[in-house]
Amino acid sequence: MFACIHAQQIPADLSLPEFAYNFSPVVEENRTGTVVIDVDGCELLFGSAYQLANEISLRAKKAGPQGGVESTVSVAIAANPDAAIHAATRLPGITFVSPGEELTCLGEFPIDHLNYSLVKVEKKVADEILETLKLWGIRTFADFASLPVAGVSERLGQVGVTLQQLAAGKTERHLNVKQPAPVFAYSIELEHAITELEPLSFVFAPLLHQLCAALNAHALATNELSVVMQLENQATHERKLTLPHPMRDHKVFLKLLLLDTEMHPPPAAVRSVSITCEPVKPRVLQNGLFVPLAPAPDKLELTLARLAKLVGEENIGSPALLDTHRPDAFSMNRFTLKSENRRDGKGAKNRQSAIGNRQSLGFRIFRPPLRAVVQAEQGWPAQISAWGKRRSVYGKVVSLAGPWRTTGDWWRGDRWARDEWDVMLEHSGQQAVYRIYRELKTEAWFVEGNYD
Amino acid sequence: MKAVVSKAKLEADITSRFGDVFKIHEKPVVETLSTGIPEIDALTGGLPRGAISEVFGPASSGRTSLMYSMLAYATTHEETCALVDTNDLFAPTAAAAAGIDFDRLLWVRGAGNLEHAFKATDLLLHAGGFGLVILDIGDVAAKDTRRIISSWWYRFRHTVEDRPTVIVVISEEACTRSCAALTLELNGAAEWSRANAEPSATAPNRFIAPRNVLPMRKQIPVNRPPVTYANLLRLNTIKVNRQRPLFPSLNESLFRAHVDLR
Repeated sequence: MFACIHAQQIPADLSLPEFAYNFSPVVEENRTGTVVIDVDGCELLFGSAYQLANEISLRAKKAGPQGGVESTVSVAIAANPDAAIHAATRLPGITFVSPGEELTCLGEFPIDHLNYSLVKVEKKVADEILETLKLWGIRTFADFASLPVAGVSERLGQVGVTLQQLAAGKTERHLNVKQPAPVFAYSIELEHAITELEPLSFVFAPLLHQLCAALNAHALATNELSVVMQLENQATHERKLTLPHPMRDHKVFLKLLLLDTEMHPPPAAVRSVSITCEPVKPRVLQNGLFVPLAPAPDKLELTLARLAKLVGEENIGSPALLDTHRPDAFSMNRFTLKSENRRDGKGAKNRQSAIGNRQSLGFRIFRPPLRAVVQAEQGWPAQISAWGKRRSVYGKVVSLAGPWRTTGDWWRGDRWARDEWDVMLEHSGQQAVYRIYRELKTEAWFVEGNYD
Repeated sequence: MKAVVSKAKLEADITSRFGDVFKIHEKPVVETLSTGIPEIDALTGGLPRGAISEVFGPASSGRTSLMYSMLAYATTHEETCALVDTNDLFAPTAAAAAGIDFDRLLWVRGAGNLEHAFKATDLLLHAGGFGLVILDIGDVAAKDTRRIISSWWYRFRHTVEDRPTVIVVISEEACTRSCAALTLELNGAAEWSRANAEPSATAPNRFIAPRNVLPMRKQIPVNRPPVTYANLLRLNTIKVNRQRPLFPSLNESLFRAHVDLR
């Protein structure tokens, strides 16, 4: 049995399908203001079909917070969902259509009110058929249903037969069930506040497991996890994990979350934890047979998180040059795998040939540069001594090149201006080539690095 | 009945009945990754995958140039690479000039902590999928590299032995002991030349990166004749220690060769 609930007008902030979910989980939203629910199996909860219709009608009049829609609805119960829709939209109050006696209720409805969209007939075709029926003198559903099926099929085709079944309340179809919008948010409130990280993992684990199960059920993944922790001092600790690729492995999420929490621990004991995610379509990638292997995305993320914990987040990534001539100007970008797939390998060959034309000279740069004491002879460096925490450079200059003057960013406070030299130092029979420079502003000498 | 049977006859009898049981079966040829320098590839056959390769030598011997060449070749051939930079000496400007594709390079910057560098290398090797992992301890004092316990090297070797990963250790002195499948010793010294000093070659091809602003570097006029590089670095001696990753005592050959990269 099916029940159709029809409301002429409901407040904008209330939803008729949400109201219908109070009575059955199988809900079809036919159009705005009309829903059909499957009431089979609801007898234990609401009693007979008439009692159910009465309950629906009474509860609909209640206010929104009390579970109603603040309006009067018409309810029709029938064995056929289309018959229930026709009855509910045409007849106010409660209508009960007995199985097999649909025409008793629907028979007097004008043929113009036949809802042909229920059987997915185009408006143009339906209008032609209805016009034909009027020419034949057919005025009501009962008139149309009483026509011989063979004659309707010969003259109006299969569409005419379908419309005749609709008028007779004998169509057979399944409900186009409206799925409730999935919610990917789970939270837990703790009886006792957690002060240590290890017990927190036992709170994260079930939440992430539920979250990934929900994502899996909807064939989705996520690339952004948000964790909100309510703390004992009434503060809120929020963390957001952004992943380069969509994933739904709760074990990986748990490890990432624990590593992140270890790096950014909450400042007070945790009273409640809430985890939400942004659902996206999972990543589908077809790797080539001849493409070199690359780290698995989930393993790579875990490795990056562990490396970040070991050496600091700012110390891992891919370098990127900045658009400036400032010495040693670069930025660190997040390392992500490139899904470049060239089967012919032309790109690599081209780039490799470009490399062959360049003179690649290795340079090891000292960060920070070593402050140096330079002895000059006739204005040329002759002896260099520089000491730092990790290294020291000293020796006699046996060859040199330069100077090259570089200046830049004169409009900024951190402008630079210096004379650079490349010097070969000899010490204990060993020779090495270094780059030194003299800051023009402070007249101080530094060793920037060595050629290697 | 003869009581004494010669060894050759015995082997011949057994071979005729059971096949080539006395033949030493060689392991399949080890896959290698090019260093990007044809002369070194011709000498060594490339960097063996699934094994440790060691490059050591003093400052200005060409270790970093070789490292850049390896990274440039690997990254442009779609290998994912990682560099564990123990003392934070990697110069991105110079590396870009060498042709390294930064999109495929994971740079781990250390702060001189040797233990962190080894742990980071271990994490990268266990993650799998990297074609080339370089551990740069070239600026670590020799007294510290000598203290590195062998179990680290055995652990690295065991981790990658079934994987197509190349581990390269850059150091000042040999430190991987028997764990390295390939050892390159760079004894080259920096070389300067005043010959063929052309104005355009006065400034060495310092690191030229694509930029949108005009360079502001200029040569200061001096009376002294310009000094230039014929070629700053050369690798003049390479010691190749070829051995199997797991059985260093077998099939070991040591030879020396001269490679001049000028």
